[in-house]
This record gives sequence, C-alpha cells and structure tokens, in this order.
Amino acid sequence: MKRSAGLHPYLISVALLLMALLASVALGPVFVSPGDVLRVLLAQIPGLPVKADWQEFAPTIVLSIRLPHAMLMALTGAALAGSGAAFQGLFRNPLADPYLIGVASGAGLGAVFALAVKWPSNLLGMYSVPAAAFLGAIATIALVYSLARVGRTLPTTTLILAGVAVSAFASSLTSFLMLRSNQELRRALSWLLGGSVMDGWDPFWAALPYVLVGLGFLSFSGHSLNLLQFGEEQAQQLGLNTERAKLLLILAASLATAAAVAFSGVIGFIGLVVPHTIRLVWGGAPHSAHDYRRLLPLSILGGSSALLAADLLARMLLAPQVLPVGIVTALAGAPFFLYLLRRAKDQAFW
Amino acid sequence: MLEVESLYFRYNGHDVLQNVSLRIQAGEVLALIGPNGAGKSTLIRTISGVLKARLGAVMVYGREISSLSPMQRARYMAVVPQARQLPGAFSVYQTVALGRTPYLGWLGKTGKSDDLAVQRALEQTQLSHLAERMVGSLSGGEQQRVLLARALAQETPILLMDEPTTHLDLEHQTVLLNLVRSLTVERGLAVLAALHDLNLASLYADRVALIAAGRIHAMGAPQQVLTSEQLSHVYHVPVQVVPHPQYGSPLVLPDGRRTR
Repeated sequence: MKRSAGLHPYLISVALLLMALLASVALGPVFVSPGDVLRVLLAQIPGLPVKADWQEFAPTIVLSIRLPHAMLMALTGAALAGSGAAFQGLFRNPLADPYLIGVASGAGLGAVFALAVKWPSNLLGMYSVPAAAFLGAIATIALVYSLARVGRTLPTTTLILAGVAVSAFASSLTSFLMLRSNQELRRALSWLLGGSVMDGWDPFWAALPYVLVGLGFLSFSGHSLNLLQFGEEQAQQLGLNTERAKLLLILAASLATAAAVAFSGVIGFIGLVVPHTIRLVWGGAPHSAHDYRRLLPLSILGGSSALLAADLLARMLLAPQVLPVGIVTALAGAPFFLYLLRRAKDQAFW
Repeated sequence: MLEVESLYFRYNGHDVLQNVSLRIQAGEVLALIGPNGAGKSTLIRTISGVLKARLGAVMVYGREISSLSPMQRARYMAVVPQARQLPGAFSVYQTVALGRTPYLGWLGKTGKSDDLAVQRALEQTQLSHLAERMVGSLSGGEQQRVLLARALAQETPILLMDEPTTHLDLEHQTVLLNLVRSLTVERGLAVLAALHDLNLASLYADRVALIAAGRIHAMGAPQQVLTSEQLSHVYHVPVQVVPHPQYGSPLVLPDGRRTR
C-alpha cells in the first residue's frame, strides 16, 4: 500500500486554513492588505529584515485585535470539529456532536456558574472558567451516559433522548443563573449566542492548554476509534482495552469542548457538519476519510477554517454590527447539513 | 494449547454454561454444535474473554485468560464473528489491518511486518484483488472472508469462529471451511468453530462437541457424536444418519415426513 498517496487532503486543508486566517485578519471595518498582514507578522520574528512600510495602524489592528480573535476562533473550531468527530466515532452515531449529547450545554452551565459566582477579573479567575466548564461537561456526559445505557450497550435512541433532556435541563439552569445575576445579563447572553466577550490574547492563551491536551490526545486516537466502529466486543477481541479507551476519549473530547465553550460561547453545528463534510468529500477508497486516523486531523483543520469563515460572515454581514457567530453557524449549518444528507442518500455516507 | 476447565457462566440468574470442559490441540478443528440458545456463542465469547466466567478457567498455553490484558489475549486468540453489522465505509485493507492491533504501539502505526501479515492474510483468503474496495460494496460471502482475513492477520495460534458459514451459500461455505481446514494443518492452528450445519461439522471437524442447555452432551469423533439417538434427543426431532458416500463420515438427514 502506497503511503505517500492521499496526502493532498492535508495540503488542501492547511491551505484553506491559512487563507481563512489571512482573510480573517485582513478583513474588517478597516481593510488591512494581505501584504501588510504578512509583513507585520514576519516582522515579529526577530532577526528577519522586514521593511516597516505598512500603514501606521496595521500592527495594532493585526497583532492586538484581529489575530488574537482569529486564533481563538481557529482554536474553537478545531476543538468543536475534532471532538464532534470523536463523539460520532465513540458513540457510533452520525448525529453525535458536543451539543446533541449535552456536553456543550453542561460546559456552558459550568462556565456560567463560575461567572455567576465571580466574573473573572484577574488572570487566575479566567483560567478557572474552562476548568468549571470542563467539570460541567464531564458531569453532564456521565449523567447522559448512565441514563442512556441499556445493559452493556449504548443505543442511539436513548443516547439522543437522554442528551436532549439533560441538555435542556442544563440550559434552563444556565438561563436561571443568568437571570439572577442581572448586571451581567447582556454580556452573558451574547456569550451564550457564541459571541466572544473577552478581547486580546488572554482568552486564547487560557483556552490553548486545554484544547492542545484534548485534541492532541484525539489526534492519536484514530486507531482506537476505528476499532470501536466494529462494536466493543470485536474491539476487545482485537486487543483494545475498551473501557479505558472510551473513558480517555470522553475526557479528551469533553476537555476540548469545554475550553471552546468557556471562551467562545455556544457555537452549534461545527462539530456535526465539518466531520460529515470531510467524509463526503474524501470518503472514497482507498484512503477513505472514514478512517478515523485521517478523519480526526482533517476535521480539526477543517473546523478551524469553517469557524473562521463563519466568524468572518458574522463580522461582515451587517457591518459595523457584529453578529454572534453561533447565529451564523446555525443559519448556515442547518441547511448545509440537510443538503449534505440529500446528496448522500445513495452513497456510503456513514 | 486451549483448555477450558469446568466453566460456568450465569446471565440474569440463569446458568447459560454449566460445567463445560474441553481441550483443543494444535492442528485440530473442534466443531461446536447444538440447538439455538444452547450456549455456543456464549461459550465462544467467554473463551475470548469478553464475558467473565462465574466459575472455572480458560487457559491458553497454561495461562489463565483473566490474568491477561485484552492485548495479550488478542495475541493468543483471534475471533471470527458473523458478518452482520460490519462497518461498510472502511476498505478491505483497512479492515484486515485492524487484525494487527495487538502488535502495534499506542499510536497504532503499522510497520513492514504488519503490511506483510496483512498481504498474506489477503492472499490466503483470495481477497488481494479487493484490497482497496469498500467493505460495504462486497457480498456477504466476501465480507465473511474479510473477517477471516482479519483474524488470520492477527497471527494467533488459536482461532475461534462463531457460525462463520451461517449466511453463506454452498460454494462460499465450502471455500471458507476448506481454507480453515488447510490453514489448521499448515499453521498448526487450534480451531473452535460453532457451526449450525451438522453436515459441515461432520465433514470438516476432527472432533465435535454437542452442546445442549449449556452443558456438553457428547464430545468426540463425528461418528461417535452424530448419532440419530443423540441428535434426536438434543434437537427434539427425529433424524436419520447415513454414511457419506465418499468419505463415510456421518450425514444427518431431517426426517421430514414424520415431523409433518
């Protein structure tokens, strides 16, 4: 089997991501030319002779405003799509995503609880928000898992029902907490719709370690996820310690989701649409993207690009007004998902 | 090689396996026969380690399987399940390569020896030309061969098969069991196969274990086990047993007129 073949999906994904990042930094209320963006970025590398012939405001806009925001969006998209792909594989359910099974709502509840107790004014407080979101996510998934489990199996129907019910419960508690702390209501509401409420590099650096650990683990879990597609019994007979593998996968995916939700708010559909799009585009033999060793890295890259694109739309559509990006992903994601489903009717889609 | 010592398995307060003991030598095929619900699949699953026995022991090369990790167990025993519910979106090669799991590091990266083992398993099961096809586009017989190839790529001394021929037509049944038979001899495998078809068991197995209500009712050469008295007793219908015209092994005929 040729190993070098089948590289081009990665090249395309990386190229798309770089283009999305560049566009995201260049476009906004004030246009910064891509050339200026690149020169400003290159000038950051010490020792590189770059002539400072850019517009005066370019470094501030690029380095302090747009790049940190773009990086946070890229990180969030990667976390949501990567954990979406992992949840789909883990639960062997094409509809599983961080939102449907309640992880994201649980993370939201955890984050809002932390914020309601005390809005983080210092750095330590801010680093604790993803930790609270993570605890909320883990508690939710443990609850959903135990509710949905029938004997030794995890049937699709009970999983979805338990996920939706627990998700609704967590959302109600979130709303309740937000209503109680009315001075933060507007801020929290825009957060809930997927509008990042913090500026600068702080949220990016606060979320980064959680996402790196979560996605880092997931990127190397492709083989375990492939085995789990055959059912837990066969996976075990092929040599997988299934209980340990499932636990680690849930922890890693929840960690990434929690960090994303804690700093970027509730952004739906990325975790569902991106992995399915990749399966549809690159799902053919022999280097099928249904292979989780390929699907996970491609979803992580694709998730970044997709959320950057959605964020760009959110900022440009009604400029100068900025829409919460969660509205854009839902408005674009839902019809796009239906289109994918229709197109996929006679293919080996799942 | 594989020893099962007075195994008991209980499910929902009901003993599904009671005092089951058997031994399989290298180069031997033991067929497991018996009515639906007699405990054939349960026995195979318990031996493979995915079900925990209440009492008794399963030993491979003198080691108790409950003391082994899933990965260690998978180096001793490979299981060929029924082809139902095989994920369709993996290629044949990808599926068979999963048989190499017990030899891979935690990154799951395959090396040259793994590729060779997969190629060999594909050749043995005559699947090489289908290697890059999606499993979902194959026929039931081909999918069952993919599962056999995956088990062969595992390169284990013991092979457990759970009704591998149930959904296959006459040709594919014969091809599959001939292959298992010849590999058993060549590689010195120890094979335990649950078979629904008594005549296939008679033709292909060295010994037959007749299991009923979780107990081994009779075990031995096909001529000793496949008798009309024992089969009528266990299956609750009258049967006739005649010798195979060429090999002399017992052939089981249902007694159609008298059951009607």
